[in-house]
Amino acid sequence: MKPFSFERPNTPAEAAAAAARVDGAKFVAGGTNLLDLMKLQIETPTHLIDVNRLGLDKIEASSDGGLRIGALVRNSDLAADQRVRRDYAVLSRALLAGANGQLRNQSTTAGNLLQRTRCPYFYDTNQPCNKRLPGSGCSALHGFSRQLGIVGTSDACIATHPSDMAVAMRLLDATVQTVNGAGAERRIAIADFHRLPGDTPQIETTLQRGELITAVTLPKPVGGKHIYRKVRDRASFAFALISVAAIVQRDGTGRVALGGVAHKPWRVEAAEAAMPRGAKAVAEQLLAEAMPTEQNAYKRPLVERTLGAVLAEAKG
Amino acid sequence: MPTFGDLKLSRRDMLMGTAATLALGNAPNTASAQDAGVSGGAVALAAGTPSLAKVSFTVNGAAHDLNLDTRTTLLDALREHLHLTGSKKGCDQGQCGACTVIVEGRRIASCLSLAVMHQGDAITTIEGLGTPDNMHPMQAAFVKHDGYQCGYCTPGQICSAVAMLDEIKAGMPSHVTADLEATPQLTNAELRERMSGNICRCGAYSNIAEAITEVAGSPA
Repeated sequence: MKPFSFERPNTPAEAAAAAARVDGAKFVAGGTNLLDLMKLQIETPTHLIDVNRLGLDKIEASSDGGLRIGALVRNSDLAADQRVRRDYAVLSRALLAGANGQLRNQSTTAGNLLQRTRCPYFYDTNQPCNKRLPGSGCSALHGFSRQLGIVGTSDACIATHPSDMAVAMRLLDATVQTVNGAGAERRIAIADFHRLPGDTPQIETTLQRGELITAVTLPKPVGGKHIYRKVRDRASFAFALISVAAIVQRDGTGRVALGGVAHKPWRVEAAEAAMPRGAKAVAEQLLAEAMPTEQNAYKRPLVERTLGAVLAEAKG
Repeated sequence: MPTFGDLKLSRRDMLMGTAATLALGNAPNTASAQDAGVSGGAVALAAGTPSLAKVSFTVNGAAHDLNLDTRTTLLDALREHLHLTGSKKGCDQGQCGACTVIVEGRRIASCLSLAVMHQGDAITTIEGLGTPDNMHPMQAAFVKHDGYQCGYCTPGQICSAVAMLDEIKAGMPSHVTADLEATPQLTNAELRERMSGNICRCGAYSNIAEAITEVAGSPA
């Protein structure tokens, strides 16, 4: 691990100001992904700003009938919150499908959104990776790509976003609230928060330097049946090959988002009109632009079949 | 016990000596280390300059004030600085659970947490749960049910299991909980899902499940 200095600010504004002031600074919350990457010297911050004591750990009802989730709310607490279990069950389900008991106790709402890809070449410092070392090339394109992205990819990067929680947040039309070093607040729709790789895969979100996530808000509940179906190599504690998050209303209408297929949670609102017509029609539109590799071409039929199972479950 | 002239060394003393040497290699406490301070006045480091920071927390009820290289994980602080070697370093990347300790009542992977992030926290390790003469019920159940072979994962398994039962008591759901709004029960499927962060390469899972089930007071 490269050396770094450390500070423990008391307010979000102080934290954001410190991040704007110090070159190479990073926020640390749960640390479960950041420390892993620091040990491998893939992340090399010169200064860590501990955001654990900023009072951002509350879940509160918002005035529009929704929920305001503090950035530092632990994944386990968010999944167990009675309001989330009742009104946003797909979020509970997605959180509980991720990591394990220990790591969910450490990981936070904001940190989960900001976790880095688990592409094996991002971790393999002996190999080129445009995300780790911009301009060095993408080893995955012609390498071991079984678990990597099939849609929204580029010639520079086919990595996926690894989060389950973020897929549910995208389905629920969450909004990310931030504060920057100058004290200015901003709201970013989750659809605009994560970026596609394009030719700058090292830039993963639309956050600016020093911008600190303070909360994630959910609009008022939309009802319907909430399902999160994750397909993985083990029954527990494994990243998704693909996942399907869905909310299905009684008349068969609803919304759907995918995990494990793209650089961001994958949702195509236009495809949702096809939900009453079944999984094939929806999957075709969701993955219309898909460019899978030979090794991950299985994901296309896997999405359709998993979505079919989800829609069947929703009918009961 | 090996003897070297008048010196008598236990296996643990030998290992501790070795570990301390390794720890120096990992996180040098050099005399020229810069104390950048912890609250405010942050200074970006020149490349390669180690930084020290102070942290105070309690471990198994005892207060500790430490001045650590900021890179020190909670696990390394417990093992190398406080010589509480019950918590084990398995994978050092949060995948095996051997380093599981209980912080403020919650189980965490101490290898993926920096010691300096735990200012004011109350930490419980396997040494704080019980002693050979006065074992915690979970320790006694692991002994009774032979919930281990080599024993390396055992401290993490036990800390994890103790905190996991508290999570069920608190009504926290899991991936296999059928009804999110119902109170979760400790079925075998629930137990196995909730303990999936603790790997036992000897494969003592069946006996581990029996031990935990006995402590929880319900049949497997």
